[in-house]
Amino acid sequence: MITFLLLFYEFFKAGLFAIGGGLATLPFLYEIADKYAWFDSSILSDMIAISESTPGPLGVNMATYAGYNCGHAVLGVPGGILGALTATIGLITPSVIIILIVANFLKKFKDNKLVSDAFYTLRPAVTALIASACFSILETSLLNIPGFQADGSYLTLFCLPAILLFLLLFLGMNLWKKIHPVVFIVIAAAAGILLKL
Amino acid sequence: MKKGGYLDLFLTFARIGGLTFGGGYAMLPMLQKEVVENRKWATEEELLDYYAVGQCTPGIIAVNVATFIGHKEKGVLGGIMATLGVVAPSFFIILLLAAVIRNFADNVYVAHALAGIRVAVAALVVNAVIKLWKKGVKDLLGIAIFLLVFLLSVFLSLSPIWVVIGAIVLGLLYGQFAPKKKGEEK
Repeated sequence: MITFLLLFYEFFKAGLFAIGGGLATLPFLYEIADKYAWFDSSILSDMIAISESTPGPLGVNMATYAGYNCGHAVLGVPGGILGALTATIGLITPSVIIILIVANFLKKFKDNKLVSDAFYTLRPAVTALIASACFSILETSLLNIPGFQADGSYLTLFCLPAILLFLLLFLGMNLWKKIHPVVFIVIAAAAGILLKL
Repeated sequence: MKKGGYLDLFLTFARIGGLTFGGGYAMLPMLQKEVVENRKWATEEELLDYYAVGQCTPGIIAVNVATFIGHKEKGVLGGIMATLGVVAPSFFIILLLAAVIRNFADNVYVAHALAGIRVAVAALVVNAVIKLWKKGVKDLLGIAIFLLVFLLSVFLSLSPIWVVIGAIVLGLLYGQFAPKKKGEEK
C-alpha cells in the first residue's frame, strides 16, 4: 500500500514541477531512478526510444512503465496495472488542476484588455517556439548528422530518400487538404520500410 | 453518440493521443484536423493561446491542451474526460509493452517504419506552422517577434518559459504605450 502512495507522490511531484512538458520530466525521472529501485536509470534511454516510437507523451509513457514495474514487484500483474494507473494519474493530476483554474480565469477575463494585449504578442512568440521545435524535427528526420561527422561527405549528410519523401508528403498535404493526417503517417511508415530509411 | 458530449470528448482525444508520435508539437496537426476543422471546438488562435499557457504551466503540453478544450466545451468534467482520453492510448500501449514485449524498439522493421513516420511528422508540423503563422503573425511587430524568438530558441536554446514571460511583458507594454491600433480592434 505504502508503495502505491509513494508512487503517486513521486509522480505528482514530477507533474507539478516539470514545466514545459516532454523532456522537462526527464530530470525528475532520473531522480526517481536514483532514489528507488523501481527502474534503473539505464532504462530511461530505452524509454525515450520507446516513447518516440509509440504514441503519447514521454512523461505519461514513463509513469506507466515505472508504475507497472514497481507494482509488479509487490503484487504481480494486477499490482503492475494498479501501479501503472497510480503513477499516470499522479503525473497528470497537478496539471489538470492548474489548467482548470487557468481556464476558468481566462474564460472570465477573455475580453479584458490586459489579457488580449498579452496574447497579441504571445501568439507570434509561440508560433516561433513551435517553428523552432519543427526545425529540430526536420534536422533529425532529414539529415544524418552523426554520419556526416564521421565521414564528412555531403552525400551522407542529406538523406535523399527521406527528403524526397518529405517533399512528396508535403505536396500531397497541400493538394488534398481534406485527407486526415494519419493517412500520411501510414503511407510514410510503409515508405520507411520499403526504402529502409 | 452525442457530438460534443463527454464520450465524444473522450474518444476524440483518445484518437488524437493514439495518433501522435513525438512530443506535444507533433499533436498540433491532429488538433487542427480533429478539434479545429472537424469538431470546431476551438479556433487556431485559441490553440496558440493554449500552447502558450501550456509552455509556462507544469505538466505535459498534450495534457494541458486537452484539459483546456474539454473544459471549454463541457466544464470541469469535460476537461477531465478529454485528458483521460488523450493519455489512454499511450497508457495501454506501454502497459502492453511493459508486460509482454521488451525489445520492441530494436526491431528492424519498426525502426524503418519509425524513420518514415518521423518524416511525415516533420511535413505535418511544417504545414501546421504555416497555418498558425497565418493566424498568429499579423503585422511587422509579429514578424519581428517571430524572428527573434525563432533565432533565440534555435541557436541559444532559450527556455520557452522566458520567451512566454518576455512576450507577455512586451504585449502589456505595447498595449499601454501604443494603444491606437489595438484599441480599434477590440
